[in-house]
Formats: sequence, C-alpha cells, structure tokens
Amino acid sequence: MNNFQYSRASDVADAIRLLAADPSAKLIAGGTNLIDLMKENVERPSRLVDISRLPLRDIEETADGGLRIGALVPNSDLAYHPLIEQRYPLLASAILAGASAQLRNMASVGGNLMQRTRCAYFYDTATPCNKRSPGTGCSALDGLNRNHAILGTSRSCIATNPSDMSVALAALGALVHTAGTTGQRTIALTDFHRLPDDKPHVDTNLGSGEIITAIELPPHGFARNYSYLKVRDRLSYAFALVSVAAALELEGNAIGEARLALGGVAHKPWRNLDAEAALRGQAATPDHFGRAADLLLQGATARSQNGFKIELARRAVVRTLMQAANATPQSQAHKKIA
Amino acid sequence: MADTTDQIPERIPINLVVNGARRTLEIAPWTTLLDALRDRLELTGTKKGCDHGQCGACTVLVDGRRINSCLTLAIMKDGAEITTIEGLAANGALHPLQQAFVDHDAFQCGYCTPGQICSAAGLLAEGRARDADEIRELMSGNLCRCGAYPNIVAAIEQVMGRS
Repeated sequence: MNNFQYSRASDVADAIRLLAADPSAKLIAGGTNLIDLMKENVERPSRLVDISRLPLRDIEETADGGLRIGALVPNSDLAYHPLIEQRYPLLASAILAGASAQLRNMASVGGNLMQRTRCAYFYDTATPCNKRSPGTGCSALDGLNRNHAILGTSRSCIATNPSDMSVALAALGALVHTAGTTGQRTIALTDFHRLPDDKPHVDTNLGSGEIITAIELPPHGFARNYSYLKVRDRLSYAFALVSVAAALELEGNAIGEARLALGGVAHKPWRNLDAEAALRGQAATPDHFGRAADLLLQGATARSQNGFKIELARRAVVRTLMQAANATPQSQAHKKIA
Repeated sequence: MADTTDQIPERIPINLVVNGARRTLEIAPWTTLLDALRDRLELTGTKKGCDHGQCGACTVLVDGRRINSCLTLAIMKDGAEITTIEGLAANGALHPLQQAFVDHDAFQCGYCTPGQICSAAGLLAEGRARDADEIRELMSGNLCRCGAYPNIVAAIEQVMGRS
C-alpha cells in the first residue's frame, strides 16, 4: 500500500471540498474494496477522505411512500431493516447473496455502488488493462475470460460489475442522490454505471468531487412476487457467473408490471425495457418467460471461455421468473434451487 | 481531526479500547487494524491469512460487530471498542464458543480458529441463524482449509442451543 494523507471529513461539504481539491484523493467509507485495491497497488490515492463518521446512516420514508437510504448505511443493516424485509425483500435477498457477513457489516451502500470489477487482469498490475491503465489494452479479450461480460462489451473492456445489490436496485428503479461542487442531483440507478465503450477506466457517471448521499427506493417494492437467483462456482461467498433479479405484478396468472435485471453479465446491471414490456398482459408461463429472456439477452456475444453464460443466463431468467410467479423466492441460506 | 499537512505523517495518535483496556498508540494512516493488533499491541491471536478479506482469519469484533481487520484502517477506528480472541474468555473460564470448539474438535491446525470463533460470536449476537444451513451461510466468510466445517457448525449449534 502506498503512503497517503488522511483526512476525516467533518461534513458532506468538507468531503466535497477535500475531494475536489485533489484529483488523486479518494473517499473511504467501509473500505472493503478500496483497501484491497490499494494493497494490490491498483489504487494509489494521494489522500483518503474518511467519510465513515458523516451522518448519512438513516433509513427514512419519503413523502410518496418510498424509502431514502443514507449512503453510509452498512449493507447488513439495510438487508435486515424491517422496512426492507417487508417491502423490498428482493433488495434484502440480493444483498445477502453477496460477500460475507463480515464484509456486509463493513461495506456501505454508497461504496457497494462504487466497487470495482474483480477482473483478474484489472487486479494484476503486471498485465495490460484499459480499466486500470488506459490505452494499454485488454488482456481478457483473448485471455482468461470465463467470468467476463456477454452484453454491452467493447473492444476495450469485457469486465463485469460485481455488485448483487445494484442488480436489485436496477430492477426496483432506484435513484441515486448525489452532492458535488455544482450542487445536488439525482441519477437513475440504471444510468449511474456506464458501459465500457472506449473509456473503461470510468465506471460511473459520478463527477469528480461528487459524492453519493443517499439511495431512494420508489414506493412499489414487488414484495409478493420476486426472486433473486445467483449462479456461481461455489454456493456462497463467490461472485456471480450470472444473477437475476425478477419482480412481477400478478393478477391471477396474468402479468401486470414486470421487472428484470441481470448481474454478472455486463459492465452494469443489465435491464432491457423491451423484455419487460413483452411480459405485460401475458400469462406467467415458461414460454413467455423464455421469450422475455431472449429479448433481454439480445445481442449477447461470447469470447473464448464465457459462451456458456448466454444459455445459463437464459435458463436462470426463466427459473427466476417462475420462482417469482410462484411466490417461492430463492433462499440465500437453503441453496436448493426451487 | 485537522487535515494532515503536506508532510505525510507517519505517527498519528489514536485510542482504542481493546478487550476492555484503553490503548493509545501512534500509527501511520496506512496501518491496518490487523497489523496494529498483531505488531503494535502484540495480540497475535488474530491471524493474517489472505490479507484480502477472502478467508476470515482476521475476524474481530468492532463495537460488537464482526469485521475483517485486514481491510480496516486502524486510524478509522479511533475510539472504537475492539474484541479479539484474547478478550473472549472471562474470569479464567473459556467463552462458551471456545469450550464448544474444544468439545467438538472443531479445528485441526487451528490457524483459522480465532477468526472462526470471533465470527461465531458475531453471528450469535446478530441472532439471524436458526439452523445449520443458516449457520453455514452466515459463516461462509471464514474458510477452514483443514475442512473442520461439520464440527465448527456443531460447536456453534451447541452454543445456540444453550443461549
């Protein structure tokens, strides 16, 4: 780990000022990803701005019946909060599918959105990586790419976003509240993360000197018909090969609104409104779910080792939608897939 | 705390309450809590396994919550209460989890054991695990390369049954 300056921010404005004053400064909250990246010399900040003591830990109801979640709420506190368990169990399930109990106790909600890819080449400073060192090339294109993206890739980068929480937030239509040198703004979660294009070193649309202050959930939590299914190489404490967040509004067997998001397959949580629209008004059957999966996976392309993900994702989407329709959501403790 | 100056300071004073005792030490900002405990406070019960948050050997309780001390900067925990494996026994008696690990032979080489026991103490305090599957899932952040998992789960179940 490199040597760095350390500052404890006294309030949000102080954090923004410290961040804006030094382009090589980084915010630190839980530190679970940043400290790891610093130990690997992938991140070498000149200054850490400690925001962990700022008062951004509240979970409050909004005027329209949604929830506003402070950016520093630990992942575990969010997953186990009674209002999340009752109204947004899809989010609780996705959070509990990720990391370990220790890491969830440390990691903040805002930090979860800012975590970086686990592509092995991004971590290995001896190899080319456009995300770590722009312009050096992508080692994964023709290298070890079994875990890599099948949607929204570019010639520059095929890395995936590793977050489970973000997949559920994308499906639920969450908003990200930020504050920066030019004031406050709100970004849809689905617009928060970027596709790699020719700038894979830029993960998000957050500006320099801008910090996440809260996540907002809209009122509709799809608490009756939902499921989060995560498929991975071991049953716990591993990143997703493919994950699916599914949420349905059902009247009898007829689908009203439908939400679908994929994790582990792209540089951001993957949603396609056409796939969701195709489900509206249809019967909740495997055939219709398969058609939605095909639409969601339209344009999927494989490299040498990750072709299996396309069919895996298709099947996982159908299975997760069935779980949601049957109101038998995937348990994150009892691992048998219903 | 005031901003640090352009000269990068290598000795910043912090206070920790470690296993009930107030400790003051001067540390560089890049010192992890794990290194502070082991190298500065000579509490070597907490183990360094992977040093990347993947094995759980460094698990300690901070303000009652289990965390990975290898991914925590000591300076960020200024003022916190830390409990390590050395702080679990009370009045000369093993903590019930320590006794249960002995009773169930829940280790072989023992290197992961302090982290397993601290993690299990955190799990019991959280009160979320109700059966063996949930114990396994909520202990998945602690690897045991000797493969003592069945006995670890049995030891934790024993203590849950008592509490």
